[in-house]
Amino acid sequence: MSEQDQVGRGIGTDDWVAQHEDRVGAPQTGMARLAQQWTRLPALARWGIPLVIFLSVPFIGSSDYILRIGVNLGLFVLLALGLNLVVGYSGLLDLGFVAFYGFGAYAYAMLSSEQFGVHLNSLVALVIVISTTASFGFILGLPSRRLTGDYLAIATLFFGQMFAVFVVSSDEFQLPGMSDTVDLTGGANGITQVDQISVLGFTFETNLSYYLLVVALVVFFTVATKRIHFSRHGLAWRSLGEDAVAAQHMTIPTVRLKLLAFTIGAGVAGLAGAIFASVQQGVYPSEFMLPLLITIYAALILGGLGSIPGILLGAFIMVVLPEVLRFPDYSNGIFLAVLVISVVATVKSWKVLVWAFGGMVVIGFLVNGVLLAMQVPYLAAKEWITGPLAPVLGSWVFMPENRVLFGNIAFVALVGLAAWMSIMSRRSRIIVLPLALWLAIWTWEVRLLLEPSVTRQLLIGALLIVLMASRPQGLLGKPRVEVL
Amino acid sequence: MQYFLTQFANGVVFGGVYALIALGYTLIYGVLQFLNLAHGEVYMMGAFFGFFTMTTLGGPSMSILPVPLMILIMFLVAMGGSALLGIGIERFAYRPLRRSSRLAPLISALGVSLFLQSAALLLFSSRVRLYDSNLFLSVQSGITVFGVHIDTAEIMVVVGALLLMVILWFLVNRTNLGRAMRAVAVDQDAAVMNGIDVDRTVVWTFGIASALAGAAGVMSGLLMYPIDQYIGVFAGLKGFTAAVLGGIGSIPGAMLGGFLLGITEAMVTAYLNPTYSDFLAFFILVIVLLVRPRGLLGRPALVKV
Repeated sequence: MSEQDQVGRGIGTDDWVAQHEDRVGAPQTGMARLAQQWTRLPALARWGIPLVIFLSVPFIGSSDYILRIGVNLGLFVLLALGLNLVVGYSGLLDLGFVAFYGFGAYAYAMLSSEQFGVHLNSLVALVIVISTTASFGFILGLPSRRLTGDYLAIATLFFGQMFAVFVVSSDEFQLPGMSDTVDLTGGANGITQVDQISVLGFTFETNLSYYLLVVALVVFFTVATKRIHFSRHGLAWRSLGEDAVAAQHMTIPTVRLKLLAFTIGAGVAGLAGAIFASVQQGVYPSEFMLPLLITIYAALILGGLGSIPGILLGAFIMVVLPEVLRFPDYSNGIFLAVLVISVVATVKSWKVLVWAFGGMVVIGFLVNGVLLAMQVPYLAAKEWITGPLAPVLGSWVFMPENRVLFGNIAFVALVGLAAWMSIMSRRSRIIVLPLALWLAIWTWEVRLLLEPSVTRQLLIGALLIVLMASRPQGLLGKPRVEVL
Repeated sequence: MQYFLTQFANGVVFGGVYALIALGYTLIYGVLQFLNLAHGEVYMMGAFFGFFTMTTLGGPSMSILPVPLMILIMFLVAMGGSALLGIGIERFAYRPLRRSSRLAPLISALGVSLFLQSAALLLFSSRVRLYDSNLFLSVQSGITVFGVHIDTAEIMVVVGALLLMVILWFLVNRTNLGRAMRAVAVDQDAAVMNGIDVDRTVVWTFGIASALAGAAGVMSGLLMYPIDQYIGVFAGLKGFTAAVLGGIGSIPGAMLGGFLLGITEAMVTAYLNPTYSDFLAFFILVIVLLVRPRGLLGRPALVKV
């Protein structure tokens, strides 16, 4: 309990709403209890532990690859924090945000590469990049004076699309009245051989140096966001996000605040873009399109809009999960572990657990028997599985020779069953749980492991749907309770 | 002049496809005030449903049925399949979120579109497919108006699109279901109090919108456009642009927007730089939005506070 809570619920907080979580009652499942323990830790520990872990990553023998993922994660967090000001606080649905990231990257690349033969001092280049990106943010913010809600989202979405189309097709840029074309952006090939950032004689070359730079920036912006949260501007932004009309009645200068949010958000994205261009020493148009926007929004909403730890957690999930799923050996173990943990964490009685897993094993052997009796051609264990799980799974999972056909049928059945289970009564859900578990594992082994890249996307998509349906406010977000 | 007319005809044909997709966006937006960003993926699945119906029936070259019947069945299966898909999406991804914030269903929609894309990749493999409709709808056949040749597939697309629009107009304006849809669009709570089953109306809305998207998918296939998992993204964006251009939530607006977008695109491609045709479409849209924020035929939203 913070000091503010003891004095009262604070200005602008409704008692009934604030006490909502207490009334709902103590959490039941294992996961929720663990989460409760975590919130009881002092704030310093809650922020310090992750920071120490992240700072120690380079020094426990991590490969360059892991550091690179760390850099990506950090840049992603910066983007999410910037977008949080616009969407999470001010409630302005900006779907063109990725364009600023791309703009920053391209601006930095143009100012320090052979594209135009310009090699500016990095600090000067960074200042120019950040200020131009921020002014672009200001310009894009202008329509927000008139457009609200979905219409603003649409206008900004199309701005983002325009940026993408422009970048791809501007390798032969021609202004009216000009006779020859100029190669502005390198078209689909992008700009290569971009100079790396160098400050006061120190050039950022290794992934380690970028990692530390990015961690420092993330700490800075996290603290800054934390400070903004209860500041005059933070309160004004959040009131704007809650209800723009009411905010205006409280004499809050809404237009100025909207523009400020757009400008700062764009500036942060520009900075992240410049660092990105410097890390990979090049910019390519395909990196700044819709998929990235989707991932950022997913991270933001997944963690809980407006909640800073939520943003960090969401970014971590969205960046690290796809990387982990890249390797079949890992992903197999992780999939099974997550499946078991999520069942154990959500089921309350041990009888149900025994029923679920016992039933699952029995169904597996039953299916093996049936398919063997039907003389379906199959693969021997050593032909399809290696690694520590091989002895267990090899004897239990029936691997048909035609993995694609059987896997596709199982996949459709699994999706159907999962959807059906979501509308069943609790009792019948428990009854079909063993079947669902077995079908999930079978589909995974037979079909999904064959195509890891497709599976990654499939899982991210499914995760978004399931998470939104079960916790629309995000993992760490506060549920929205309204007094009628 | 003949060049202009040919391009104009092309624009009208594409416009019909865009308009059908746009109608789906507009219907769902009108009833639920919610942007169904997964709509393009339903279109993509519709194109696949049509394709597999055709190959099952022995098409494109050795159809076991007469050609018109085969095409009719393709349309029916694709529309039915898409409708079921749309209803399923609504039931499992959007309905649990109907009372939550605006953002949650949007994210869920992004999840659905990612899921459908990768599911299609998993189930149908990454091979690009073609309807090969020239094998049963000869390009030479068709009619010539003012020296412009319009082949059978194009006629079919335009006539089919117009027919579906007429049916839709009738559904919305002349049936009880349409009245219920309009009532839910105005005020959900008031509709409930007047004995309208909101869930049922929403299910029908999603079914109709998705069926239109499925029909559009088959049409683009018949126009010999290649089909893969990612066509939904671009088609969705185009349909969405058309819907917004005409004024999202307005049914005549979506039709107007679709045809306008198709014709503009054809003209830009024909007379200006073709690489900028997408760019210009978005540019026009942003300008229209700035001047008339509710689109060409959209009614200004008056909110009483």
